[in-house]
Parts: sequence; structure tokens; C-alpha cells
Amino acid sequence: MHISEGVLSPAILIGGAVVTMAGVAIGLKGVDNKNIPKMGILSAAFFVASLVHVPAGPASVHLILNGLLGLILGWKAFPAILVALGLQALLFQFGGITTLGINTMNMALPAVICYCLFGWSTKSSIKQTVFITAAFCAGFCAVLVSSILVGFSLYLTGEAFLPAAKLIVAAHLPVMIIEGIVTAACILFLKKVRPEILMNS
Amino acid sequence: MIIEEISGNDSFIYHLDPRVKIIIAFLFSVIVAVSNRFVVLIAALAVSIIILFSARIQIKEVFKRLIPVNTLLIFLWLFLPFTFAGEHLFFSIGFLTGTREGVLFAFRITIKSNAIMLMLISLTASTPIFTIGHAMHQLGMPKKLIQLFLFTYRYLHVIYGEYARLINSMKIRGFKPKTDLHTYKSYAYLVGMLLVKGFDRSQRVHNAMMCRGFSGKLYSLSEFSIKGADILAFAFMATIILILGILEWTQIT
Repeated sequence: MHISEGVLSPAILIGGAVVTMAGVAIGLKGVDNKNIPKMGILSAAFFVASLVHVPAGPASVHLILNGLLGLILGWKAFPAILVALGLQALLFQFGGITTLGINTMNMALPAVICYCLFGWSTKSSIKQTVFITAAFCAGFCAVLVSSILVGFSLYLTGEAFLPAAKLIVAAHLPVMIIEGIVTAACILFLKKVRPEILMNS
Repeated sequence: MIIEEISGNDSFIYHLDPRVKIIIAFLFSVIVAVSNRFVVLIAALAVSIIILFSARIQIKEVFKRLIPVNTLLIFLWLFLPFTFAGEHLFFSIGFLTGTREGVLFAFRITIKSNAIMLMLISLTASTPIFTIGHAMHQLGMPKKLIQLFLFTYRYLHVIYGEYARLINSMKIRGFKPKTDLHTYKSYAYLVGMLLVKGFDRSQRVHNAMMCRGFSGKLYSLSEFSIKGADILAFAFMATIILILGILEWTQIT
């Protein structure tokens, strides 16, 4: 869901950059020197996870996992996603310099929203079905909100983008379901195997 | 899989101060992103192609790196000519009619995207990622963000190796990806295992760094110094960017 350089209007680019700067500032406040190796390695793990392609019918989609990232890192998802997208721009030329702000916002804001809505579920001891539902919703909503934000960024640039924007949201519906399942299963796995990871954001 | 340098390593651009390169690439990207006139965009594309050649990057590699940008552009080309209001062109498919404005707009963003991308490729291909990190720190980016950037890059390769090992062991056990719950669960456990391994590794790394007296400062072996060639290159590129800007805002052809 990266938007390429040169597509969006300057106002959208600046808006995205401002939101991202604010988010990163809030996220970095919670990071001290002790946490940096851990955060770096977790962002690397998410970067690699986003290279994983899973089958969806005849096609295949790559995982985004911003919902999972939000549940684990909270506000720190902003710097983590900024760094991951920056590296993607430098290594693979996905996105670029001027779109880094808006692309980070489109991925990280939903992660933080999911953290605010569903973050409680990973920390308290609740019934397994409620827990799984909350985790599924986090994965589902993160991608839903992301695709809506991407659609809006295009639409606000020009009304001519409207059909393309609608198609982007519609095309991500199967991705949302897959992300929901993967996020729920992964959170359940982490809760069994290494609950500390979920506890310290 | 995750590659870094693709240049011949001995170009003029390779030896420039990375700070100069980052500032130039940034200013160029911004000015091209806000420009709308075809004169400016084509001039910018020409500039970025010339720089690409002077960085001596393999052409095949450049094309490979332009694929992701242009996939999105092809997607937009399917829509934009038909959804823009304006003068009708001669072609129409069924009830859809292409408009002149739509085609021009699609052309414009195609040139923009490719010009900016070529500049970015010239920058990244001629500068190691670690150097870019240290240069960005000297340009005033927050220290924590740079450290996070360097750590993430350092462990990308390690985690990717772990991912390759896990996926191999899944294959050995006869795992065939299909569209079903089992597949998604298996991938979820794969991601979970990556996170667990990453988490454990980060604690070992952190302990090891503490033992060696890590105080929150990262040292760079490459010292940056501004030379005559850097000032010259900067002045030259700044002039070109300024000319592009003047062309855009004053509307002279």
C-alpha cells in the first residue's frame, strides 16, 4: 500500500509528514537507550514478516501486520514503521523521500488506533474467546483503516482518483480477513510462548 | 535477497560527502513533487538520468528497481484517463471516454515518480546504508531514531536468515501453502517464532553491549569532511534545482 513519489499533492504530503513527526516524537519519548536494541530487532522482524507472501485464492498477498505491531509496541509503532519504510525506500525503492511521511502515517496511525481500542486485551487475563476476537479485530481494523487512509490520500489529491481509491479499499478486504486470522493466531502463540513480549509496551 | 550497493564504486558521486548527497536528493525530490509543468518535469527527468549515468550503475539493476513504482503507476493509468473531467479525446472503450486532462495528468505523475526514483537510486546505490545513517545523524536527525535505524538494518539480515531457516524446516515437514486456516496459522506461528527469536536475541545483544560499556553513543569509523569537489557539486546541483523552481513558479518557457 505504498503510494509512489509524485502522485500526491503537496498539501497531503505536508499533512502526512506533520502527523508522522508528531507520532514519532510521542513514540520516541517512551524509548530509552536500553530499549533501542530490542525495538530495532523487533522492527527488523516486522520488516521480514512483511516480505512473507501468503496465498489468498489464486493470488498471493504479503503480510502487513501493522495491527500486531500496534498491539506489541503501542505508540512506538510510529518510529518502528518510519524506520522500516525508510529502509524499504532505500533498499527496494518502495515509496520514497517525500512520501515517507504520508506512507508512515497511513500504516502507523491505524496501528496506534488498534492499540488504543484493543491494547487492553493482551494485558489482562480474559476469556480466550474475547481475547481471540479482540486480536482478530485489531488485525482486521488496522488494514481496514490503512486502506481507507490510502484511499483518502488519493481522493483528497484529486477527485479523479475516487474509483481507484474505492478499488484499493475493496481489494484489501480479503487481506483484512487474513491479517485478522494471522494476528489472532500470532498473539495467541506469543501469549503461550513468551508473554513478556506482550507485556512491555 | 536484501542487497545494498549496485554501483561501480568508483564514480565521482561515490566519493561525494554523503551529507551533500542526502540534501541534494531531498531538495530535488521536494521540488519535483510540487512541480506541475511539463518543461520542469522533463528537465528534472533528464537531470536525474544524467546523474544516474555519472554514478555508473548497472542499467539492468535500475530497471529492476523501477518495477515497484511503475506497477502502481500502471494501476493508476487504468483509471485516470477516464475519470478526469475535461475535453474528450478520440478514444473510448465502451461507455468510458478518455479525456485529454486525464491522460496529461497520468503522464505528469509518471514522469515525476520516475525522476524522483532515479535520483533516489543514484543516492542509495552510491552510499552504504550505515553511512547514510551516520550522515543523517550529523544533519540533525534525532539520535534515538538513527540508532533504531542502524539496529534495524543490522539485524534485518540476521532475522532474514532465521526466516529462511524456519521456512526451510516447514518445507522439510511437507508444508504446502494453501488458502486455508492451517496455512494462515502456520504463517502466524512462523511470525510469532521470528518475534520470539528476535526478542531473545535482542536481550543477548543488549547484555553484550552493556558489558562493553555502551552508553548510548554510536561511533562511526568514516569521518565526513567537506572537500572542494563537494562544494562544487552542491553549488551546481543547487543551481539546477533553483532553475527548476524558477521555471515552475514564473511560468517562462
